[in-house]
Amino acid sequence: MIITKKVGLIVNPIAGMGGRVGLKGTDGVEILEQARLLGAQPESHNRALIAIQKLLPIKEKIELITYPEEMGGIIAKKCGFQPTIIGSISKGKTTSEDTQKAAKDLLDLNIHLLLFAGGDGTARDIYDAIESKVVTLGIPTGVKIQSAVFARNPTRAGELALAFLQERTHRVRETEVMDIDEDLFREGIVRAKLYGYLTIPYERAHVQSSKAGSPETESFAHQAIAEEIIENMETDYFYIVGPGTTTRAIMDKLQLVNTLLGIDLIYNKKLIANDLNESKLVHHIQGKKVKLIITPIGGQGYILGRGNQQLSPDIIKKIGKENIVVIATRNKLNSLNGQPLLVDSGDKGVDELLCGYIGIITGYREKSIYKVVC
Amino acid sequence: MSPVKKIKVRNFHQAKWDEPIIFELGTKGERGILLPEIEGEIEAAVGDGLSKIPKHMIRKQPPRLPEISQMQILKHYLRLSQETLGADLNVDIGQGTCTMKYSPKINEILATSPKLTALHPSQPISTVQGILEIFHKTDLFLREISGLDQFTLQPASGSQAILTMSSIIKAYHEDNGENKQRDEIITTIFSHPSDAAAPAVQGYKIIDIYPNQEGLPDLEALKEAISDRTAGLFITNPEDTGIYNPKIKEFTRMIHEVGGLCGYDQANANGILGIARAKEADFDMCFFNLHKTFSSPHGCGGPSAGALGVKKELIKFLPIPLVGYNGSEYYLDYDVSHTIGKVRSYYGVVSAVLKAYLWIISLGKEGLEEVSRIAVLNNNYLLKKVLEISGTSAPYAEGHHRIEQVRYSWSKLTEETGITTEDITNRMIDFGFHMWSSHHPFIVPQPFTLEPTESYSKAEIDEYIAGLAKVAKEAYTNPEIVKNAPHRSVVHKLITNSLDDPDKWAITWRAYLKKWKNDRI
Repeated sequence: MIITKKVGLIVNPIAGMGGRVGLKGTDGVEILEQARLLGAQPESHNRALIAIQKLLPIKEKIELITYPEEMGGIIAKKCGFQPTIIGSISKGKTTSEDTQKAAKDLLDLNIHLLLFAGGDGTARDIYDAIESKVVTLGIPTGVKIQSAVFARNPTRAGELALAFLQERTHRVRETEVMDIDEDLFREGIVRAKLYGYLTIPYERAHVQSSKAGSPETESFAHQAIAEEIIENMETDYFYIVGPGTTTRAIMDKLQLVNTLLGIDLIYNKKLIANDLNESKLVHHIQGKKVKLIITPIGGQGYILGRGNQQLSPDIIKKIGKENIVVIATRNKLNSLNGQPLLVDSGDKGVDELLCGYIGIITGYREKSIYKVVC
Repeated sequence: MSPVKKIKVRNFHQAKWDEPIIFELGTKGERGILLPEIEGEIEAAVGDGLSKIPKHMIRKQPPRLPEISQMQILKHYLRLSQETLGADLNVDIGQGTCTMKYSPKINEILATSPKLTALHPSQPISTVQGILEIFHKTDLFLREISGLDQFTLQPASGSQAILTMSSIIKAYHEDNGENKQRDEIITTIFSHPSDAAAPAVQGYKIIDIYPNQEGLPDLEALKEAISDRTAGLFITNPEDTGIYNPKIKEFTRMIHEVGGLCGYDQANANGILGIARAKEADFDMCFFNLHKTFSSPHGCGGPSAGALGVKKELIKFLPIPLVGYNGSEYYLDYDVSHTIGKVRSYYGVVSAVLKAYLWIISLGKEGLEEVSRIAVLNNNYLLKKVLEISGTSAPYAEGHHRIEQVRYSWSKLTEETGITTEDITNRMIDFGFHMWSSHHPFIVPQPFTLEPTESYSKAEIDEYIAGLAKVAKEAYTNPEIVKNAPHRSVVHKLITNSLDDPDKWAITWRAYLKKWKNDRI
């Protein structure tokens, strides 16, 4: 038997427990206890099982490596694998530290793909532990799924993992790890934050066409957008470059240092500052001619209010709608399934200002007129 | 209950010959045809045929062409033909947007008659009056069908017709001194991709409009798109969703108000012949793909032709020559004051024009209208039956009928079974059917596009529906058989990864040798 691929598996056994009992997530020991008292049952196992069952056809060709018991060992065996079990846990009392430790241990074993079952909190743990050093894919089992690192459902996660391991799809893409502030969320306030990017197997929006001759790759689309932006940059304007991989391509093309998760400022194609917070940004742009370049963050199409909260309503008012340049790949727009783009700046007036139809730059000399609602 | 319970799908199996590429066949020195020695009388008149070619133009090595006998070459292509699903072989309604219809064989015979094939395009005009008459009359027929004032039959494809419209728009604005300012072409995301691609090639900036919730191009978005930079609008109607845009006149009005021109992409006009015309919707130009609506064979079965018509104000920009008639003689008219020049050599694609002409005269006015009515009827019968199959939907315009085609979705089936459009496409092959997803970009999730045209019988449409119903049922009951399809085709699974990877693809044998065998000459 020739083992060709190592696959890591991490199951967050408590992810998803809050949902059925009306809690919004299970981050934090107290909430978890509350969930258990309310009769919550582990959801993660069943959903993770659906995904890894899809790998059974190549069982002989992969080595499935996982943590003991409820963190992967149980379902791997139940599914029919003979997993390599590493690490140790306190049964029934796993925490986010266990997830992080498992991710690091698996990375050390040079795995080809890391499958993890959980929610946004789990994705964040994985990112904190190993960033995007290995190709990863989320099996959605949590209550909150805002991160784009998850497949649409466990079945798709399994199929995409299978396609990647069988080398039917080679490409990978960076996608957002988003998480919300759970304390605020339980009070009914939704605020998502962009925590980082994980690399996942790439799947074109909706379907892979076997007829399409040369559909553009994500990286090509980024390059084309960056070219369009740079060609039209006006002199003596400050350009605020928002977070995201689409905006990063502009900085890369200009050979400027970029903050993937933060706000950068350039002037006449030269870097002024990286990773600015609201007050520093205000200081730099006060009384100046300014344009803002932003891209929708996360899978839900927010152009403001998710992942770029440094751009406060006051700053947006100063910049003015006419100076906001929104960029997005077609793949990203199409993945919205016709739903409009969203703004949630925290200020109703600003949100209304941005509502309506805007031109989104989607390529070199290409734009789409798209609806924005608040 | 199955929507067509009595119809059975075929126990089809494609032939598989493991046939090598032609360049791998034959042996050195083998010949299919031995050419006769040149006769002395001919040589005396025209020379040896080589010495008149400038030395620098004569290649140093002969081309590495296959060397193969007639019998082997015949077998080679017959085997290849058995490994394809041609339009004359299968129920080709799964190739939506392409208007796959019957191409009458009598028209093939006429198009391959020496009366046509022995013509030379440089012959004196007095000796080609017949084909010029056919060109002129085809122009007159298309004027009636569109309401526009003059056609050119020169463009060799739909995309070239769009490029020609784009050139005319450029010439028009140049004539008005506004060319520099007007650098934007507006189109819609559900229009044909060439409506964006062709003007982009010419340097125009492209603005596209997404559909609203009803699936129609969003009029409010158009308001945001238009400006004094608008050069023109290229739009398909009905779009690939099969929904007719009832506000199309609003679109053309708004474009005209800002000084732009409107080009109507009627590559596929199969649902509206004799029913709706470009003129009444206030278009300045339109084009028809003669190889779609007008029955000339399609795509690789080609050759194609994009017949382009304009309003009288734009005739002065058309490519030269136009074909005219002075009451006693047909002639080539080069006297076109602001012509954009030639877009193709000589007249255009003569055989495609001839077949379209024959098709039109064989049907007449009533026949053309009947074509559209049957195409629409077939499509709406198909729509009703497809929606009875588990896991299907037809996004947008719920409860309304469609024109000539529908963009459907398997998204419900995918959510419930994990089976995707691509899987179903692969499984349909096992029953001798082709099913196509859609043009990118993919707005409709898990799309598939069906267009039954007027050609297919009810029995054939039912057979296709039975195929879809069977595969959908398998998705719910035996998904692995769908996932691992095709089982009875030439190739088990197509790996398409390298199709968009310039480092891997090789689109010719020479490119393959160079890239993969390090064979450089």
